[in-house]
Amino acid sequence: MSARSVLFDAPGPAARRRMRVFNVVATVVVAGIAVLALWRLADKGQLAASLWTPFLDPSTWTNFLLPGLLDTLRAAAVAIVTSGLFGLVFGLGRLSQVAAVRWVSGLVVEFFRAVPVLLMMIFFWLALGYSDLVEAPDAPFLAVVLGLTLYNGSVFAELVRSGVHNLPRGQREAALAIGLRPPQSLRLVEVPQALIAMLPAIASQLVVILKDTALGQIITYGELLDSARRLGSGQGNILQALLVAALVFIALNYLLTRFAERLATSVDRRTAGAARAEAPSLVVDPD
Amino acid sequence: MDDGYLAQFSSLFSQFDVLGAFGTNLALTFFAAIGSLAIGTVLAVMRISPVPSLRWAGGTYVTFLRNTPLTIIIVFCALGLWGQLGITLSSDFQTNFFRLAVLGLAVYHAAFVCEALRSGVNTVPVGQAEAARAIGLGFGQSARLVILPQAFRGAVAPLGNVLIALIKNSTVAAAASVPETSGLMRTMIENRPDVILAIFATFALGYVVVVVPVGLATTALSRRLSVAR
Repeated sequence: MSARSVLFDAPGPAARRRMRVFNVVATVVVAGIAVLALWRLADKGQLAASLWTPFLDPSTWTNFLLPGLLDTLRAAAVAIVTSGLFGLVFGLGRLSQVAAVRWVSGLVVEFFRAVPVLLMMIFFWLALGYSDLVEAPDAPFLAVVLGLTLYNGSVFAELVRSGVHNLPRGQREAALAIGLRPPQSLRLVEVPQALIAMLPAIASQLVVILKDTALGQIITYGELLDSARRLGSGQGNILQALLVAALVFIALNYLLTRFAERLATSVDRRTAGAARAEAPSLVVDPD
Repeated sequence: MDDGYLAQFSSLFSQFDVLGAFGTNLALTFFAAIGSLAIGTVLAVMRISPVPSLRWAGGTYVTFLRNTPLTIIIVFCALGLWGQLGITLSSDFQTNFFRLAVLGLAVYHAAFVCEALRSGVNTVPVGQAEAARAIGLGFGQSARLVILPQAFRGAVAPLGNVLIALIKNSTVAAAASVPETSGLMRTMIENRPDVILAIFATFALGYVVVVVPVGLATTALSRRLSVAR
């Protein structure tokens, strides 16, 4: 149900006329704000062609932005895989028949969902730096991946749990009736369906992972934002460089979101009943 | 953990103002929450309004801001707005960066507040609006008297999630060199790498203590306010 269908009736001739007037007024206001912003930028000399043309030069991209983008994608790709594994392990842990396993998994998941990702990244970055477990240049990358994994993995774990809980009860009952044990039913019947129901929610969490790689800039990981910053401070066009970096992120995330929406409509029919999964808000659940 | 470790660790608290740093984060959260609620409500009204150009403008804002990393927005506020355009929000250097960070947090989370409010509108069954129209209420009346009161109640839980995200994201103000928890944790660890675990545990538990009650409170509130259907 869309918001529109709730709020409006089909407009009649008078309402349509009124809407046309409002539409023109609103367009003028929105365009006016845009013109005002551009005028302020021009006033400060930020629209000068020399500040924008470097982005048409291939060397700007090959020397700065593309290596940065590659590092962003590398961290995001590794974090997606590791947080998926983390989520599966702890999601199954939360559904375990052993109370102690359930309790510990719940504690871990709730803890990492409550701690800011940046705090974890800084901790791992410094901890890896002081230990000699890894080579110093690898520390920022590993810290970004670890921070993203613990947080997003915990979100995935909640998704697994809620996906299984939202399946129709008949699925489990049928599995038990044909002689499967509860863990087998979980593994063979419930979780596979829950994973499909989770797909849209997972896909939108991928946007979060991709965006949060930019936190790596604070711990000196050379991702897209970091390379845009270096480019901008070198050529004196930081405003433009940040804008271009933001547009790259927006384009990537927009594609991911679109993909998620298409996935949501196409997997609708592949689970029992109206299965769905969403991460519940951050509370310690009583069950 | 022997006595010496604990004693060494507790001596850090007299040296660094941990509570003050958490206070900064909560202040960032408070002002950014007010700002994002104001901007987000305007955006939500724009997005559900019958005027196409307003709907388009609201939708574009949400699409762009929601898909931009918060870190870029904060860096943009610090280096772009202040560094390049010379926009100052206060004559005091520290306060200026604090307000720029609040601005960045507010415009970013406004997109999520807008979506939370919109999802609240979606919890209202069509029958409510149809009934309102059937008894002769106009658009303004049915929105004010029937739909929005129920929509706000339905939006409590998603708004609580935005607030929790905002509390955690206030640490990103470190990118605008606001002296807050993540920056202080870094300084403390760099000073005393020997008690790194205890320092991290302190800050992490600090956030758990702040965030979990907010989650419990919004869940309880949304249950109490939810419209029985």
